Amino acid sequence: MKQLRRENIRFWQGNEACAEAAVIAGCKFFAGYPITPASEIAEHLAERLPQVGGVAIQMEDELASIGAAVGASWAGFKAMTATSGPGFDLMQETIGWAFMTETPCVIVDVQRLGPSTGQATKCGQGDVMQSRWGTHGDYSSIVLSPNSVQEMFELTIKAFNLAERYRTPIILLADEIVAHMREKIVIPIAKNMEVINRKKPEPYEKAFFGLQDIPPMPAVGEGFNVAVTGSTHDAYGIRFTADAQEHRQLVERLNNKIQSQAEKLADVETYKIDDCEIGIVSFGCTSRAIYEAVEKAEAKGLKIGYTRLRSIWPFPEKIVRQLTETAKKIIVPEMNLKQIFYEVQRVSNGRADVIPLNKIGGGELITPEELLEKIEESA
Amino acid sequence: MKKIEVRISGLGGQGVVAAGQILGRAAVYDGKNVVQTQSYGAEARGSAAKSEVIISNDKIGFPAVRKSDVLAAISQEALDKYLKDLKEEGVLIVDSTYVKKIPETRAKTYKIPATEEAERMFGAKIYANMLILGALTKTIGISVKATEKAIEDTLGKKVADINKEAFRKGRSLS
Repeated sequence: MKQLRRENIRFWQGNEACAEAAVIAGCKFFAGYPITPASEIAEHLAERLPQVGGVAIQMEDELASIGAAVGASWAGFKAMTATSGPGFDLMQETIGWAFMTETPCVIVDVQRLGPSTGQATKCGQGDVMQSRWGTHGDYSSIVLSPNSVQEMFELTIKAFNLAERYRTPIILLADEIVAHMREKIVIPIAKNMEVINRKKPEPYEKAFFGLQDIPPMPAVGEGFNVAVTGSTHDAYGIRFTADAQEHRQLVERLNNKIQSQAEKLADVETYKIDDCEIGIVSFGCTSRAIYEAVEKAEAKGLKIGYTRLRSIWPFPEKIVRQLTETAKKIIVPEMNLKQIFYEVQRVSNGRADVIPLNKIGGGELITPEELLEKIEESA
Repeated sequence: MKKIEVRISGLGGQGVVAAGQILGRAAVYDGKNVVQTQSYGAEARGSAAKSEVIISNDKIGFPAVRKSDVLAAISQEALDKYLKDLKEEGVLIVDSTYVKKIPETRAKTYKIPATEEAERMFGAKIYANMLILGALTKTIGISVKATEKAIEDTLGKKVADINKEAFRKGRSLS
């Protein structure tokens, strides 16, 4: 029992780690509607948030849940909601509103197997494109993809920090496997965990929607005169529903504040990307198969490298391009019918032969054996 | 300790997931790396349930069990389904209350009348999973102290004592 004395070691479920991380990141408001495989996040926060002076509410549906979360954010609180594919569908309209109004919040989508109610308790990775293009219009999302309970913890804190820093919704794109599995996790010492808070306006400031890349954000009730609208608006929140220039200025800034930071936002784990013949690009639960497959392939004398994406959007182009410049072939395993595949193909631009490896149904993971077989076929 | 992959299977309501969870937590308390996964049907009771625990000194990559080192089967269906995925030199633990037909196997086999014993000792079937847990932890080499702490932390102090008693009985029967 040597670990017992070390209080920072836990055996947590992914969803539990997400909830605890939210509390550490300063989340004070959660609104959600129960759905497998995300319900445990709500369950834990219902207990934990009141202990730290926060509020957790079960709303009547997902539309109301995201609405309450963005409302809480405008009241000055760090807010979160958690759902799965069917609920993520319903949230899209208000997620768009949150992008347009630059409302920091964290939306957890624990992916399950769709479309529609599909196989509700089984794992899938089919919401990759939805997390990028789910709501209408031009916008840029930041999407994080954990592959362990430890990362459910770390990336939840990161999601809150990015939301506050960039004043934008952040999507934590988890999946049933990482959300439901239990693992040993190590909780860093509190003083080593960075917690970022949104920039508040000085008393004389009036421009909360422009004049700078990331404007300061007042809270309702602080005495500022603030109008928040999903319609095109100027730096002061005044609506301009037909002016071309105002629209370009706003929406281009909203995109640019994310896209200009793409390199900085790229969060990846890489292995031998400068010296490999076959590369792998992977993310989420699927990436748990690469370690064993690579070890076995190397034992057979093959030169393998990989890039594992902890951030999916903005797509970490530069680092993936590096792999396409080294490897002749790149395998993209996904529990969907090709979503990240096309991104890798686009970035590769014909340099490397990009090979899909797809599996859906029953929540069955792509196994290291299946990946190894694909590697050997490609060699 | 080399990597040990454990599969516990039975029907929903038999405490399969709780047993896996406590086994995993106990192994963490003993200083191991652990991944525990579970799968069950949409129904609360009666459909097939499965819990898998991988225990290792090293970092664990792939989280699902393919060939198991240890199989605990709490229903006949579970045994029939997963015995073929038990390694030849593996360990088989069955609840002999429900598992009556065991095909010929080279696996070291422990037949524990877990449900019968639970009913006899406590008048309730629900403690059968703790007897199975006792057999599992003894086979794998997880300490009593870590497991009892894990029982307490997982199930709460109120019901810890009775569950610990069932757990210790399971150890003594294996």
